Amino acid sequence: MSLALAVLRRLAGTAVTLLVTSFLVYSSLYLAPGDPVSFLVRGRSPSPAELASIRRQFGFDQPFLLRYWHWLDAVLHGDFGRSYLFHQSVGAVIWSRLPSSLLLVAVATVLIAVVGIGAGALGALRRGTRTDGAVLLLVTVGAAVPSFAAAIVLRSVLGVKLGWFPTIGNGSGLLDRLRHVVLPAIALSVTFMALVTRVTRSAMLDQLGREHVEVALSRGTPRFAVLRRHVFRNALGPIVTVSGLLVSGMLVSTAIVETAFGMSGIGSLLVQCVDELDFQVVQALVLLVVAAFVVVNTLVDLVYPLIDPRVARRAGGVR
Amino acid sequence: MNASLLEVDGLTVELPGTARPVLDAVTLRVAAGEVVGLVGESGSGKSVTARAALGLLPPGARRAGRVLVGGEDVLGAGQGRLRALRAAEVSMVFQDPRAGINPVRRIGDFLTEPLRLTRRWNRRRAEERAVELLAAVGLPEPERQLRRYPHQLSGGMLQRVMIAGALAGEPRLLLCDEPTTALDVSTQAEILALLGRLQRERGLGLLLITHDVELAAATCDRVYVMYAGRIVERATAAELFGRPRHPYTIGLLGSTPPLTGPPARLRPVPGTPIGLDEAAPGCAFAVRCAFAQAGRCDQEVPALLPLVDGADGAGHAAACVRLAEIPSPAEEVRP
Repeated sequence: MSLALAVLRRLAGTAVTLLVTSFLVYSSLYLAPGDPVSFLVRGRSPSPAELASIRRQFGFDQPFLLRYWHWLDAVLHGDFGRSYLFHQSVGAVIWSRLPSSLLLVAVATVLIAVVGIGAGALGALRRGTRTDGAVLLLVTVGAAVPSFAAAIVLRSVLGVKLGWFPTIGNGSGLLDRLRHVVLPAIALSVTFMALVTRVTRSAMLDQLGREHVEVALSRGTPRFAVLRRHVFRNALGPIVTVSGLLVSGMLVSTAIVETAFGMSGIGSLLVQCVDELDFQVVQALVLLVVAAFVVVNTLVDLVYPLIDPRVARRAGGVR
Repeated sequence: MNASLLEVDGLTVELPGTARPVLDAVTLRVAAGEVVGLVGESGSGKSVTARAALGLLPPGARRAGRVLVGGEDVLGAGQGRLRALRAAEVSMVFQDPRAGINPVRRIGDFLTEPLRLTRRWNRRRAEERAVELLAAVGLPEPERQLRRYPHQLSGGMLQRVMIAGALAGEPRLLLCDEPTTALDVSTQAEILALLGRLQRERGLGLLLITHDVELAAATCDRVYVMYAGRIVERATAAELFGRPRHPYTIGLLGSTPPLTGPPARLRPVPGTPIGLDEAAPGCAFAVRCAFAQAGRCDQEVPALLPLVDGADGAGHAAACVRLAEIPSPAEEVRP
């Protein structure tokens, strides 16, 4: 069976992508303005001899490619270096903040799936009615609202005026954390929800006009079953593809939302470490974000033949 | 004659925003064990007539008249009753199986869906029936086909699956909407032979919708000819092709190459059929008709008049005001 081969090939491709990315990430940060050494010696004026010893200690005196090789070697062994800012290993710094960001992304994903697919399906089934008009209007508005603007509105209305949700921080304990994550998750998902709604609506409308749907109805299949088994099932392809792209890119967007809501997570960590030139952390975070993107999209590609069996045939050849 | 399986009585269907009805007082019947042809150009209303038998009229359509399937009123039936009818009494073979069978679901799924969802059979029983059906339509290795997807089958095989699917509920009435049009020529003959065999074995009433008069002549017991939403002629196949009476039927026969005998010179019917946005105060065919008489044909809607006495609702009839004056050219067309 060539399926296993196709999967292996896809995974190898993913590994190469990550390798290339790691090089780009590592080198691009050295192109950025600012010298990490000047950060390390902030507030003091060391002698040239001290400077040279700091450079040697942190390895800045070695050639670039050699430094990359050492870094990559360490990364592959699970060592992302030390954070200058937190005086901790980069792994520990990120690890302590990852769960809250993952919770945020998870809640936002659920919101996108439930609201986006639900509203899109509603629009498609009530095509041309006032309900559909409202859905289309909200899609247009939602797609145009940047997450920081949504954050401001949500905080002031639902947080401050109505007092339904906390407006700042992470909270402690599962329930409290969930309460804290509601508004940020909405802010994070508004644009994505609008996109998923639009894709769902048009994919379902496309299927509703197909002959196989009429055939199913003509055979006495109950309407709801036709919608589920033929309309929604067939519309799933584009929905999953777009959702995969959106969700995998969402870790980046946490930078804005976590900052706006004063949350501690990898998004706000990224902003902080870029500000402070804490290169080791930034490198690891960018690599993490890219890895999440690549892995989620690889998963979508691997799952796709289950959604549309016509693709399975081609999976081995094209990629 | 047996009691009719399908009885369409004065069915008129109007869509909003059109100048003439899609169907105008269409009356036809199909008895058990009978193959009936419904012939006409595209847009003549033949598919709408067949869909009416399934209660599948376009949303927003205004309708008058009656459609009875097995004596039961389809147009007045509730959703539940309608579903039961569709799952057990009447089913349709659609034109293009590639478009009509969901490409992402397995063949077995297509075949068992009405059995499991409407009749509440369990999976095993439904799959056993599906295997029988696939064997009945002549597909090799039926058990294996259940696991396959539509894209893994050829067009001809897939049309056999479509037919098997239509037979799943053991209907008494089968509607075939251009069942061979999407297939290549050698496959067409096989599918027609299969439909004929199944119809005889199961004593089905079969309504064959086609634009191909010769095909209807070769396969049907009786034929209705439709033009612009009206039945313009009705006769047994032999009568219709031996002695066509309506100018449109005469034109259609003259424009089709005969299946047998020496090739005759083809004479196309001049002009094009009228669209839904054009109203015809008289006979809809008048503008294309060589026999049309100004002041008569373009003003008077011709009734479908029986040409022979006694045969009620089934004998040769034609809808033309000049019937008595037009000679049937049969002998000249068909030596």
